[in-house]
Amino acid sequence: MQVPAQFEYERATSVAHAVELLTRYGPDSRLVAGGHSLIPMMKLRIAEPETLIDINDVAELTGIRLDGTELVLGAMARHADLLASPLAVEHFPILVDAERVIADPVVRNRGTVGGSLCQADPSEDLSAAFAAVHAVAVIEGADGRRQVPVREFHVGPYQTVVGDAEILVEIRVPVRPGGGSAYEKVERRVGDWSVAAAGAALWLDPTGVVTDAGIGLTAVGAAQFAAARAEEFLRGVPGSDDAFTEAGRIAAEDCRPVADQRGPVDYKRHLAGELTTRALRRAAARARGQEA
Amino acid sequence: MEITVTVNGTGYTRDVEPRLLLVHFLRDTLGLTGTHWGCDTSNCGVCVAWLDETPVKTCTVLAVMADGHRVRTVEDLATGDTLDPVQQGFSDRHGLQCGFCTPGMLMTARRLLDDDPDPSEATIREAISGQICRCTGYENIVRSVRAAAEIERTADQEARA
Ligand SMILES: Cc1cc2nc3c(=O)[nH]c(=O)nc-3n(C[C@H](O)[C@H](O)[C@H](O)COP(=O)(O)OP(=O)(O)OC[C@H]3O[C@@H](n4cnc5c(N)ncnc54)[C@H](O)[C@@H]3O)c2cc1C
Ligand code: FES
Ligand code: FES
Repeated sequence: MQVPAQFEYERATSVAHAVELLTRYGPDSRLVAGGHSLIPMMKLRIAEPETLIDINDVAELTGIRLDGTELVLGAMARHADLLASPLAVEHFPILVDAERVIADPVVRNRGTVGGSLCQADPSEDLSAAFAAVHAVAVIEGADGRRQVPVREFHVGPYQTVVGDAEILVEIRVPVRPGGGSAYEKVERRVGDWSVAAAGAALWLDPTGVVTDAGIGLTAVGAAQFAAARAEEFLRGVPGSDDAFTEAGRIAAEDCRPVADQRGPVDYKRHLAGELTTRALRRAAARARGQEA
Repeated sequence: MEITVTVNGTGYTRDVEPRLLLVHFLRDTLGLTGTHWGCDTSNCGVCVAWLDETPVKTCTVLAVMADGHRVRTVEDLATGDTLDPVQQGFSDRHGLQCGFCTPGMLMTARRLLDDDPDPSEATIREAISGQICRCTGYENIVRSVRAAAEIERTADQEARA
């Protein structure tokens, strides 16, 4: 039987209250959202916070909405909420593609968007999807709010820029016309973490030339979950199959997978390239309105 | 710390350690052993019960997180001697062998039918995809949930007639 070490439990009622509790209890306190990464780590005693601050009652952290030209996802939006969100389907199908293959439906009922980003697991799916769509994280602390692009959010494996007495409040994704997006993942079995996965967001002008591209990669050691050189290559060229194949080749070249029980390095590198190409193809079809 | 959880309509106030998991609160503190405990790693789904209206893996929820909330377990499905349609479906279609996965399957199936009274086979398979059955090969579980949907449809039609 796995039993966490002892800790104190507090429940926050608002974002300001959560910050106050984090400040009061100091660096050995931890927020708990869905708890589906943190509680297993506590059961294994990989994490031993002295105080757990529950943010499940903080209503202002929930919900998915459109705010002007930005899609805004509350940190406490559950995976299941995002999967069912008509706004996500309309503006960023990449997020829905990704959610469909994150864990299983019961885990998705509990795990949250914010918890996923803050967990910063190197195989985490939403980090790659948010990197592709150039999302921005909104973080609150005692001194107010600050915005950090998701591509500057991760400091390293399991480490983010969120400070000890700070909380991730929401993720904002700019909605721009002419775009399409998609996510492709290979997993060993349904519900498992990625062997490798790639997300792509593309913006095309009316002649089919790529005006902007975002490529996210997970589980393959890509810096900031992104494939910057492949994106750069795509900007300004026609969105053709050849271009997508070349972008996949560059993305594969730039990633640094490690061998583990999910596969050897060359296989993961191959997947990174192939999945990048497939995600770009589907993103382009969606941008052209040829695919839902 | 003292918590009050409404389980199957009854409020229970108990003094618990914050590190107590909801599955053990249900089974050991309250003696409601219908909810099973298996992998302990949020993979198998035998521990699924509802937190408020939502199926969750109770091995990965702290009892204190349920303070002030409602929990619904398999013990709440039958009314007296009358089985809930999902239980009847599992009984009619041989949806269980050893029965270890069954409470979790039933609670997920109940939620599914409340949301979607006429689920396709694919929808049922997706809904139970976070839960493992080592006996049935899932075929009969899927048939059982379909049977439960039929039972409810017939009951609905009779009620309206
Ligand atoms: C069986 C299983 C399979 C899974 N499969 C996948 C998968 O295929 N792909 C995938 O991407 N993920 C997968 N996950 C992880 C899942 O998505 C988790 O739910 C998620 O990683 C963490 O979200 P959470 O809300 O549970 O976070 P928690 O466990 O509550 O928190 C995780 C960390 O983030 C911190 N935190 C949480 N919220 C905030 C906030 N608002 N501000 C600051 N810090 C915060 C916590 O302090 C903690 O350190 C799986 C999980 C399980 C149990
Ligand atoms: S015991 Fe909870 S999922 Fe297996
Ligand atoms: S009936 Fe035995 S595990 Fe499902």
